[in-house]
Formats: sequence, C-alpha cells, structure tokens
Amino acid sequence: MAGLELLSDQGYRVDGRRAGELRKIQARMGVFSQADGSAYIEQGNTKALAVVYGPHEIRGSRSRALPDRALVNCQYSSATFSTGEHKRRPHGDRKSCEMGLQLRQTFEAAILTQLHPRSQIDIYVQVLQADGGTYAACVNAATLAVLDAGIPMRDFVCACSAGFVDGTALADLSHVEEAAGGPQLALALLPASGQIALLEMDARLHEDHLERVLEAAARAARDVHTLLDRVVRQHVREASVLLGD
Amino acid sequence: MASVSLSEAEKVYIVHGVQEDLRVDGRGCEDYRCVEVETDVVSNTSGSARVKLGHTDILVGVKAEMGTPKLEKPDEGYLEFFVDCSANATPEFEGRGGDDLGTEIANTLYRIFNNKSSVDLQSLCISPREHCWVLYVDVLLLECGGNLFDAISIAVKAALFNTRIPRVRVLEDEEGSKDIELSDDPYDCIRLSVENVPCIVTLCKIGCRHVVDATLQEEACCLASVLVSVTSQGVVTCMRKVGKGSLDPESIFEMMETSKRVGKVLHASLHSILHKEESLGPKRQKVGFLG
Repeated sequence: MAGLELLSDQGYRVDGRRAGELRKIQARMGVFSQADGSAYIEQGNTKALAVVYGPHEIRGSRSRALPDRALVNCQYSSATFSTGEHKRRPHGDRKSCEMGLQLRQTFEAAILTQLHPRSQIDIYVQVLQADGGTYAACVNAATLAVLDAGIPMRDFVCACSAGFVDGTALADLSHVEEAAGGPQLALALLPASGQIALLEMDARLHEDHLERVLEAAARAARDVHTLLDRVVRQHVREASVLLGD
Repeated sequence: MASVSLSEAEKVYIVHGVQEDLRVDGRGCEDYRCVEVETDVVSNTSGSARVKLGHTDILVGVKAEMGTPKLEKPDEGYLEFFVDCSANATPEFEGRGGDDLGTEIANTLYRIFNNKSSVDLQSLCISPREHCWVLYVDVLLLECGGNLFDAISIAVKAALFNTRIPRVRVLEDEEGSKDIELSDDPYDCIRLSVENVPCIVTLCKIGCRHVVDATLQEEACCLASVLVSVTSQGVVTCMRKVGKGSLDPESIFEMMETSKRVGKVLHASLHSILHKEESLGPKRQKVGFLG
C-alpha cells in the first residue's frame, strides 16, 4: 500500500518491533480500595482498567438467578478521550455491547461459577487510551482484577491479537496496523491447558495461513501469561510483607 | 451517589465529633484530605489530569478540536463538558445508572464556567464566525469516596493548565478562500491561563457546624450542603444549595465566608503543586495508575 509500510524488508514493523514481538506490558493489581478487585494494565500505549465486584446478590430481578452457578456480567466502556477523535458516548453503542458479550463469554469459560450459585459477578472494564489490541488489554486486565478479588478461576486468561502481512504473522497489533485493513485475529487462551476461550477473526485470510497466525497469537498469549504471573506473584509478596508474614 | 449504610450510633458519633471540631479521621472541620494531582496521564489528549482525594479518584481528559463558533458569540471558542460516572465506582452506575449524577455534575460545571473571566474564550478563536477551538472536557469518575464536586473541579483546573493547543495560522489567498495551516513544530502551542478558573468548595452541614471535604460517611449524616465556586482571589462565581434539609440564612453566610477562606488556600497550594510539577520538565517520571 502507498505510504506506510507495515513490515520493512529488514523485518521491522512501524514502531521498530520484530514480527513476533509484544509491546511493553506494565500492570498493577489493587488500584482501587473500595472495589472487590481491580487492576490496571498498559500494553504499549493502550491503557485499560478493570474492576470486579462480587460475588454478590443478584441486582435487579431475582428471576435471572441461575440455580447452579453464578451470573457473570461484563461491561466494556471506553473513555471519550481514549481514541484519536472525541467520542460521543463512552458505552451503550453497538461495539461496546458486543465487546461486553465477548468478555462475558471469555470469563464464563474461566471462572469456576459452580462455586457461587445464585449470585452475580460484575466485571467492568474501562479503556483509558486505545492504541490497538483493546480486547486483549481488557481481558488481561480483567484476569488480574478477578484474581485480585479472590474469585477462583480455572486458569489465567491471556489474550493477544495477531495479523498477517506479506506472508509473516504479526503479534500484538497497534492501531496503525489494525487500521491498515489486513486480517486480524483476537485470541484468548488458558495457557496451562492450551484451551481457547475466545477466537475471533476479521477480514479475509486464506486457510493455509490460519495455522501460522494462530500459532503466533498463542505464543504471544503465553508470553503475556509469563508477565502476568510475575505481576501476581509480586503483588502477593507485597501483600504478605504488609501482613507481616 | 454511592451509598453507604450507617447505623444510628455511628451517625451520632460523627455528629458529636464534628461539634467538637474533631472528625473521625482526626481532621478539623476545615481540613482537606491528602490530595494527589498528576497531569499528562493520557498521552493522546491535549491535556489530562488525575486527582486522588482520599478514596475519590477522578480522571479528566481535554481534547481540542476545531469547530464553528456559536451564533451569539462569533469571536469566541467554547468548552463542552461531559461527565461519565463509570461503573467502576459502584455497580449502581452500570448502563445508564450513572447518567443522572453525570448530567447534574456537568450542568454545575457549565454554570461555574459561564462567565467572562474564568477562561479567556477569545484566545480560542481562530477566525471570527468561521473557525474556533472547541475544548471537550471529559470527566471520568473512577472511584467515589465523597466530595465529588471539589475533586472534579480541581481535576478540571489541572487538566486545563496542562492543555496544549496547537498554534494555527489562517492564510488567505487572492480569491478570498481561507486555509488553515498547522505549525510544523509539535511543541509550538498555546497554553490557557487558569488564574481565574474557579474551584468548587462543598460545605456540608452536620449538626450545627459545617465541614469541608466530607467523606461518604459524613455525607450520609448531613442534611444540606452548599456548593460554592471560588476563584483564587476569593471571588464567588456560583453558589448552590443541595440536599433534602433546609438552612437558615445566617448559616449560609457563614458557610460562604468559610468557603472563601478555604478556597484561597486550596488555590494557592494547587498553583504551587502544578508549577512544581511543570518545572520538573519532560524528563519527569510519569506514574499514572502504576504507582
């Protein structure tokens, strides 16, 4: 395409990364004290906050209560100043509703909902700055927040996006690479077992290439898992120091 | 607002403490909690600020976009406020639950900025009747720990102080059509003067005394509050009484005097902090939510 080259001849992307390289990830658990669990993650320039309330009694109609497991309720909201252009409404539009449903599907696969029948777990994700890979950042932040709330999960849920340019699979797309219009794959993985919680692909991709892109996304998600694991251990170490153990 | 349930005994304890000028966390009636302010938290905005006042957490982002001036004020730009009470603060704000509180706060912000001296709107004009800068000030309420209005006004002032609007030139050619040219240097920008931007001081009446910067528990004990918007010179730009109870006129005058006194001190310390942060320069370590 004219102008911007997503992958140079030497194998460098627009921001100088290699094809399979992730952006810098920094995360912190326990950001807010009034919520049951909270976490903040920065993946490059994408910043996401996740807050978890629960498990608590079902709000609203009791008829929605499930007799054998907990109800997982997710809301995705992106701040009006998060994108390049000023947004009108932070949530309530179609994209936010769809993202909320996707997050719900992802976390229903991972949280051990059988342990909390007839109750509700609320996961609220807020995107402060969107620079590509917002779904992945939200899932990673929400995993940390659920762990911070002490809700038992089957495994971490780690997500990453991947694309395909010039025969090479790229991991962790930034906004520039997403806007270029190539195929994009979003993958949420439970790393220990390798099970996929959510897989979504946009735009056309030849099925011969699918395996390579999937492999790149899975490898990136496992790298994210290593980082998140380190963050959780650090947080637990700090908390136990404060408790005096 | 996020609700907190208090027993009668706890309410009596708070009220009796306030009569003695001793609040639950040891403050006096006119003391603020520790305020943390940080600017330039979100990088793709024209200006941003984060304020943590006790358990209240506010994030404000300002985006400057070009628009057409309003018909009744053709040579001025304008500010648009939007307040998002996010579900992060409390599950009751999920979906449209936070809209009521959000519109109330946004309307209050419109009122306190609705005068000639708060912000120099003429500096936002590019060419009269055709182009002007519109500043979209978006407030995101992340955690609610009482005293929202004060924290939001401090955050808005800090974000406006941090706002950098690119410098533009209007070029006119022979046919009369105008072209807007953005300056090449990304650091060449105009700053707003926030000397006269007011801050809100909320005074809650508990028993027969009033307190500044009430926590959620203290707000549950108070029947009526007065919101006063004060500039750094002690000029009052807007005043409002909120709450179910009633106040007699003498207490309102007392509360106004207190708010002017407290407001001047608040402005002075905010100015010094903002200038100190700016003097650290671009090399300062940005903490944001990671610290």
